[in-house]
Amino acid sequence: MLAQRQTDPKGRPVYQLRQVAKSYARGNLRALDHVDLTLAEGTFSSVIGPSGCGKSTLLKIMAGLIPPSEGSVVLEGQPVLGPRRDIGMMFQQATLFPWRSTLENIVLPIEIRDGRQAAKARHDDARALLDLVGLKGFENSMPSELSGGMAQRASICRMLITKPAVLLLDEPFSALDELSRDFMNMELQRICTERRATALLITHSIQEAVILSDIVYVMSPRPGQFVEAIAIDLPRPRTLDMMTEPKFGAYVRRIRARLDKGAFL
Amino acid sequence: MTDTPVRPDEIVHTTWSEPVSFLDGLPRSVAMTALFALFIGLWQLVYILGFVSPIILPSPGETARDIVFVGKNLFTGGYMLTALWITVKEVILGFAIAIAIGFSLGVLVGETSFGERAVLPYLVAIDTMPKVAFAPLFLAWLGFGIASKVALAAFIATFPIVVGTAAGLHAADQNARMLFKTMGAGRWQTLFKMKLPLGLPHMFTGLKIAAVGVMAGAITGEFLGGGKGFGELIRVAASQLNTPRVFSLILYLSLLGLTVFWSVVWMERRFVFWHKSSVMDNR
Ligand SMILES: Nc1ncnc2c1ncn2[C@@H]1O[C@H](COP(=O)(O)OP(=O)(O)OP(=O)(O)O)[C@@H](O)[C@H]1O
Ligand SMILES: [Mg+2]
Repeated sequence: MLAQRQTDPKGRPVYQLRQVAKSYARGNLRALDHVDLTLAEGTFSSVIGPSGCGKSTLLKIMAGLIPPSEGSVVLEGQPVLGPRRDIGMMFQQATLFPWRSTLENIVLPIEIRDGRQAAKARHDDARALLDLVGLKGFENSMPSELSGGMAQRASICRMLITKPAVLLLDEPFSALDELSRDFMNMELQRICTERRATALLITHSIQEAVILSDIVYVMSPRPGQFVEAIAIDLPRPRTLDMMTEPKFGAYVRRIRARLDKGAFL
Repeated sequence: MTDTPVRPDEIVHTTWSEPVSFLDGLPRSVAMTALFALFIGLWQLVYILGFVSPIILPSPGETARDIVFVGKNLFTGGYMLTALWITVKEVILGFAIAIAIGFSLGVLVGETSFGERAVLPYLVAIDTMPKVAFAPLFLAWLGFGIASKVALAAFIATFPIVVGTAAGLHAADQNARMLFKTMGAGRWQTLFKMKLPLGLPHMFTGLKIAAVGVMAGAITGEFLGGGKGFGELIRVAASQLNTPRVFSLILYLSLLGLTVFWSVVWMERRFVFWHKSSVMDNR
């Protein structure tokens, strides 16, 4: 039943995870237990679960940063065997390098993959991205001159500069205050829609998961497993006002109940 | 002492400043000059009261005259300049060698697990030894020329650089490493575009310690191994009980030390401009 829900009939499958499990040798720790996941093109999915249940582990496996202990990860028909440029990733920390200007930070992925010249050639694209996230005019600012939210927006640009087809987001805005987070979430929705990007978001906020996602996956405590996949049937584009709708509240309650059953959060 | 209320529209500005104590409020130049004058005054006082024999402690005036004398000799290219030049060469060569070896060993220890597990324990063991004790050995191996002094200077200065470099390479946090991995960066790219730049503050801390050590090494080498450097001039002056000369030579020597140290600080400010606490920053 779970497997059927996960396969969104709307789009072509982009990411396919089959029976992915991970044990960390150190501490003989089972972090992830047999996860099946299919992400359809252009959909937005969220993973929510208790702390330490293996969410970041799952994302790192999907990004090719660490190998799974079992199972297979396939992206666009190709097995993921290492970092790939069609995968964009974002973490809780913006991690801009202080000796590079905002613009130089944004083109860093290009500089690393294709060299300095190629990076230079993409400065205009980087400026356009800064424009997109509302940082126009800050291209020559140093990271120390940016606020936390601005730095995180710059790191969105850095993720987008390689034009990734899928976005893997590990609690990208959880270090921000609530107002900026709501704003950034709406920005994120806009960017994903514009680029028809496939996105997977890890979050601790049920509201955030519901307002952004087509499907919310609820994970059990360690070893992490998907215990439920909840399709969110709210119209697009989503607005912050929808958070007051009864339907929204019903989704939130349902997910909270599901999380409470595992006695956590 | 009742406060009469003020109407808000009467208030133009309410700027005010934190109270600062008299000493802390002094401008830097005034404070330093005052301290210097106080020191000279005390010195003169001790001299006049005759607590200590003039051979042990000459008067400030006598010392000042000798400072001028040595200065003249240095600026007119006298024998003291020749001696100073020898010491300068030892210091520069020693520092250069220490940087080359220290940086390489630091990268080996900080980057490879072989270095960390196999090389580091030996380095730590050697580092805990009093390095000056190696001076006679260098003398025996390298003779009484400048080579033995360069060796001691380099030997002493190498370890802080190794430690600084290795610590610097560990400074990159998990986020930065993960980010570089997602961008598909190779080992060298990660090293040169991320780890080394992030480690520069640590490396410069090591370099500053090394800058002090390299001077100590060169002069110790000259004390123990003769030669024709500045340390030898000091040793000879001291053995002749020419205390003013010893004082003035030490003063010029400290100028050399400061020059070395401040060139490192200057480099640090240039390359680590992005780091908040470039140490010894002043307004
Ligand atoms: N490199 C590692 N070596 C050993 N154990 C690890 C490693 N990384 C993570 N773990 C363990 O795996 C489990 C899952 O970690 P993970 O970071 O995936 O959790 P998470 O769901 O992202 O938690 P959080 O919500 O707090 O971010 C944890 O118990 C953690 O201690
Ligand atoms: Mg996590």
